Amino acid sequence: MAKTDIGPPHYEQMLPPIIKENYGKWKYHEILKPGVLVHVSETGDKLFTVRVGSPRLVSIYFIRDLCDLADKYCDGYLRFTSRHNVEFLLGKEENVEPLLAELKEKELPVGGTGNSISNMVHTQGWVHCHTPATDASGIVKAVMDELFEYFETMKLPAKLRISLACCLNMCGAVHCSDIAILGIHRKVPTVNHESLKSSCEIPTVIASCPTAAIRPNPKLKSVEIKEERCMYCGNCYTMCPSIHIIDPENDAVSIWVGGKVSNARSAPMFSRLAVPFLPNNPPRWPEVVESVKQLVEVYAANAKKGERMGEWIERIGWEKFFEISGLDFTDKHIDDFTHAVTTFRSTTQFKW
Amino acid sequence: MADSKTPLLDQLEAGPWPSFVTEIKRMVPEKPAAQDLLGLLEVSYEEKKGHWKHGGIVGVMGYGGGVIGRYTDMPEQFPNVSEFHTVRLNQPSGWFYNTKSLRTICDLWEKRGSGLTNLHGSTGDIVLLGTKTEELQPIFDEFSEQGFDLGGSGSDLRTPSCCCGMARCEYSCIDAMDICHNLTNEFQDELHRPMWPYKFKIKVSGCANDCVASIARSDFAIIGTWKDDLQVDQEGVREYVKNGLELEDLVIDRCPTAAMSWDGNELKIDNKECVRCMHCINVMPKALRPGKEKGASILIGGKATILQSAFLGWVLVPFMEMKKDNNYEEVKDLLDKIWDWWDENGKVRERVGETICRLGMRNFLRAAELDPIPQMVYRPRANPYVFWWPEEVK
Repeated sequence: MAKTDIGPPHYEQMLPPIIKENYGKWKYHEILKPGVLVHVSETGDKLFTVRVGSPRLVSIYFIRDLCDLADKYCDGYLRFTSRHNVEFLLGKEENVEPLLAELKEKELPVGGTGNSISNMVHTQGWVHCHTPATDASGIVKAVMDELFEYFETMKLPAKLRISLACCLNMCGAVHCSDIAILGIHRKVPTVNHESLKSSCEIPTVIASCPTAAIRPNPKLKSVEIKEERCMYCGNCYTMCPSIHIIDPENDAVSIWVGGKVSNARSAPMFSRLAVPFLPNNPPRWPEVVESVKQLVEVYAANAKKGERMGEWIERIGWEKFFEISGLDFTDKHIDDFTHAVTTFRSTTQFKW
Repeated sequence: MADSKTPLLDQLEAGPWPSFVTEIKRMVPEKPAAQDLLGLLEVSYEEKKGHWKHGGIVGVMGYGGGVIGRYTDMPEQFPNVSEFHTVRLNQPSGWFYNTKSLRTICDLWEKRGSGLTNLHGSTGDIVLLGTKTEELQPIFDEFSEQGFDLGGSGSDLRTPSCCCGMARCEYSCIDAMDICHNLTNEFQDELHRPMWPYKFKIKVSGCANDCVASIARSDFAIIGTWKDDLQVDQEGVREYVKNGLELEDLVIDRCPTAAMSWDGNELKIDNKECVRCMHCINVMPKALRPGKEKGASILIGGKATILQSAFLGWVLVPFMEMKKDNNYEEVKDLLDKIWDWWDENGKVRERVGETICRLGMRNFLRAAELDPIPQMVYRPRANPYVFWWPEEVK
């Protein structure tokens, strides 16, 4: 019988000696070049970090490769970042260049620091989820291939964070990213009354609907959906597999822009709808890749130095953003849910 | 085993970014499940839809979460992924590892599962991707033996996560990694036995840059901040200017409260006006540092869209000292009060932020025993529909 409730291993055993000795004593850091940081301690000690991109879905062989490198150059320690990058932690400066050379040989990308596009936070998609509207890893791979130069360089006005969630549950928390890619449904789900009877709890299904579009159908011992109220969120499907929302013909991809989580300068912001519909087009989603690339380039060409995408758009105004980016503004862009009223313009101040 | 041809997925092996398809293929010689996963995924790429059913109830003895049941709807064609469950493990604070631990994870997972992982999952766990029902208890037993425990799933506390904090960041105003580890261990029961209306996430960021996105991705965000004056090294500022930093344009003019000025020699900061946004420190880490009286702001209610829209966390406690020597009792006490109220009042699948919206912040504050203060809101209400407590009227 296993020991229960022991919690995670203590972090202290995971820290290299140089970090243990300088814990809480770091004085400043510099980015030496893309993907390479140095942190300097009050004691004068220096810790070098080399940041490497990872596909997040990795085999044990990938992890063992990382371990081999960490054993060789980092006294056996490494860490991962909140954006699924790998960070090699080096106490010896002379190990930095040999590690970089070996990473290059193994075709592992180094970058993601400063004013770059870092790794994309993303979800499981068709690889391992039961509610996806699109795949996750495939789109991430296609987008990062296309934007690779921005991972390896720091030439953008500020950092640019891209994320992807494969359905509206938004496990990837894409609601606050500079650019967010989101899988969407576009049609009211269909109810399989026969299976619903035996496989779903009707009160739970009714309660799952944020717009009260689901009501009981006592005759069929099932439910029915008031179509005009449904906004295709898929929450009923998450609760009840007999309400089918997956629809290969109509499921699609949307793009959202201007979110951030940092409090630096401006308060955190939600990402907002830029492109309501792009076709779900595996294996390399050319329309999605093109749209994201265009948004990155428009931002890079127009934002001031140090300005995040949302800060740039808020400064010039969204009406100008749609003009400059050439994107269509449609009725899909106007909110009609919880926060809707806060987005309607209540001033005569706007730009032509 | 099914047809091994995957022409669509093969196209995702080209290009400079490391490929997840290549990673799955690396497991194929050893693991029939990896071959079937590729085959199943190729079908998804052809048909543009997923082929996983809703999870069934699977788990390990004594726990109500931590394992997510996963079954394909094409078990005849792909029998080796007919059961392909996920196991979540608590990550160590800050995602630091020694290679011995990582190799141990690899060895156990090679023996008992697909050999495929996510480092890491959306919430922060180590995610072991794909195993059979019969392997679950042995996996738990063997990982437990090696000092690892399961993460959360369902309506429970999810594994708290944090930034690298004081381990490798000079900005960190709190010991984020220690707070995260301490809370994770304190609330093991809440983490392993689902008992609430819905999930609850805690994230700890050392400063307002919020590298773990706690304000957006957690119900309860602990974000490091300070109360006194920013520390300025004037010589360091002059050094930045000498080296070409456009101080006026990139720092002074970007201060959100216009609290800074520069006379060509000295940087003046009106600390009463400072809102501790981190921008100037981010630009000049060699010259500027947070103050010395450090603690955390606590925010409540952050979450993604489902159900009533995404929320960013709301300020609940503007400043709380994070005292290691009293075992962070103040924050634990607050969490207990919040959970008591939410557990009592929340509806099924209602996050705490949504319960607050439905029942009113005033009710929540009373339950949390917190006095209302202006820092909690941008501005006071504009509508006249004010609620009064029974004791306030005759």
